[in-house]
Amino acid sequence: MAGIPHDHYEPKTKGEKWLSSRLPIVGLLYDTIMIPTPKNLNWMWIWGIVLTFCLALQIITGIVLVMHYTPHVDMAFASVEHIMRNVNGGHMIRYLHQNGASLFFIAVYAHIFRGLYYGSYKAPREITWIIGMLIYLLMMGTAFMGYVLPWGQMSFWGATVITGLFGAIPFIGEPIQTLLLGGPAVDNATLNRFFSLHYLFPFLIAGLVIVHIWAFHTTGNNNPTGVEVRRTSKAEAEKDTVSFWPYFVIKDLFALAVLLAVFFAIVGFMPNYLGHPDNYIEANPLSTPAHIVPEWYFLPFYAILRAFTAEVWVVQFASFMTGGIIDAKFFGVLAMFGAIIVLALAPWLDTSNVRSGRYRPMLKWWFGILIFDFFALMWLGAMPAEEPYATLSLIASAYWFGYFLIILPLLGIIEKPNAQPTTIEEDFNNKYSKDGGNSDGFYSKPDATPAE
Amino acid sequence: MHLVKSTFVALVAGFFSSATFGAGVGGYVEDFDFSFEGPLGTYDQTQLQRGLKVYTEVCSSCHGLKYVPLRTLGDEGGLGYSEEQVRAYAEYYEVYDAELDDYRAAVPSDHFPAVVDAGAPDLSLMAKARAGFHGPYGTGLSQLVNGMGGAEYIASLLTGYTGEEKEEYGSVFYENTAYPGKWIAMAPPLYGEDVDFDDGHANDLYSEAEDVAAFLMWAAEPKMMARKHTGFVGVLFLVVLSVLLYLTNKRLWAPIKKGRVST
Repeated sequence: MAGIPHDHYEPKTKGEKWLSSRLPIVGLLYDTIMIPTPKNLNWMWIWGIVLTFCLALQIITGIVLVMHYTPHVDMAFASVEHIMRNVNGGHMIRYLHQNGASLFFIAVYAHIFRGLYYGSYKAPREITWIIGMLIYLLMMGTAFMGYVLPWGQMSFWGATVITGLFGAIPFIGEPIQTLLLGGPAVDNATLNRFFSLHYLFPFLIAGLVIVHIWAFHTTGNNNPTGVEVRRTSKAEAEKDTVSFWPYFVIKDLFALAVLLAVFFAIVGFMPNYLGHPDNYIEANPLSTPAHIVPEWYFLPFYAILRAFTAEVWVVQFASFMTGGIIDAKFFGVLAMFGAIIVLALAPWLDTSNVRSGRYRPMLKWWFGILIFDFFALMWLGAMPAEEPYATLSLIASAYWFGYFLIILPLLGIIEKPNAQPTTIEEDFNNKYSKDGGNSDGFYSKPDATPAE
Repeated sequence: MHLVKSTFVALVAGFFSSATFGAGVGGYVEDFDFSFEGPLGTYDQTQLQRGLKVYTEVCSSCHGLKYVPLRTLGDEGGLGYSEEQVRAYAEYYEVYDAELDDYRAAVPSDHFPAVVDAGAPDLSLMAKARAGFHGPYGTGLSQLVNGMGGAEYIASLLTGYTGEEKEEYGSVFYENTAYPGKWIAMAPPLYGEDVDFDDGHANDLYSEAEDVAAFLMWAAEPKMMARKHTGFVGVLFLVVLSVLLYLTNKRLWAPIKKGRVST
């Protein structure tokens, strides 16, 4: 299956041959699990396994929660309390599910920024990147609708605000909003459709995850050098790679166990730390909470949504040019979705022919600022919309767009990249040469690495 | 449709002007020292029982606990009453029975009744629906160190009355140092020596507030002990597993890193 030459599964016994000629499932699994993987992958390559685990955790705990949950405006809140008090282990299942969403988003952000720094989105991995972005969008939809299900105050008012964003679209906004809500306002119809979709989306995500894995198993993994695995012969490919099992499975499981130790500490000792106290008050359409704040993982985009007020000249210009069709509200919505679209377009916005940020001296700095910018936006999203936060939000939002629309295309032209290793093997051996590495005396291009 | 739209506009305006989030404008909340704090903290059974008495004799006249089943008063790790004690306590309440179409004495399988007449909020989840600690500057560091502070908020509120009151549009408001916005509609419920405890424990205002806050924390989070236990076992197990996987991984990779094997 993969483009990297390696051994394939050969059915040996009679039974294996019988099965393989009818359904080559063992061969498929063997090739998937034994895929040649660049041996120089660092600790930022653990997040894929963490994400797969999160998806499984959320689906399994979610299925159990559904067994006890009642999707009705009069009973939803009480049924969650029923889970917390009466269902065996219900409080743990619910807190695992609730905090599992946060673990999921921590992992997905780490995974996305890993891809951005090491150029994992670049040819030939654009499809992998786009599928990943679709998964991320579905995750956001799933998380948002899941947060509505307990039918607390934040559930209700969060749903009102976010569906209201769709109402900001000119002409077709109102019908879309009505379709989303199943009526003129957030009510039982809304709760029921959100419940249905919250159950459906994870399975769509699971399907896309398979396509995501299929895509990068076809191109092979990227790695910290961005240098491709040599494919001219199996012998050469084997110098650059190790099989996924057991080398990376054990490494990733170790990382997962460490993360889960922290995760269990949060679930066990402070399960409501990442939540909002107002969601322990039952939804009340007649009482608006003083502060409606989304979950932490939406805050960066929420900050971008709020940043573009009617006082900003870009907004005024857009409004003037479109004869008022694009007002401040719609501009904010466009900016929020645009922030994700520019992220998805990174493969075509980045003009550099060097893949990994490790060999791009200028990108390193701009990327560092982008990480800082992301956290700044997250913080600003939770702050009140007043000075100095409003101006800071605008600057931070501008940088986000600037990075993708100006810096990435420009850097490819003006940046002078550093020397890259010729092979993955060379990079790997340089790192571990203290142990007298490479006893077989094989060096591909020693001249490329002055340290040798 | 118009209503939805204007609601949205109002909401957006709300964000743009909401000034208090994380800005520390909320009232003053004292960091009470509760027995259930920290990863190993547990509920103090006698304190919960005293808190129940304060709730029963004072709070319950206006506030319900509609999500709390009476039988959970007998739960281990909570108040730990015997079956007979729970049954006897339950009889204190009258609940509406749809089958009888009449009121009857409550039994352990009933919940605490909801109290709606006074227009006061239900207290079942109050200790989780309020946060005592915020910030600083929206970073969440205060909650990380001090906990969410729901029980602290309740105890601070009960001890935070200054004695000042004012009348606005026919309603009386009472000044309270813990309440965000300072003026609260609830009259001071406790003055000290409102309840006599069987064990002769101090019944000054401070102790009563602390006890009933602890009880309300239990009411909101009755499975806290079980949860912390699971968390502790989980962390312990995962730490051991991490060490074993670390050693396995190190050993597995050693030949690759030495360049002896090119698998």
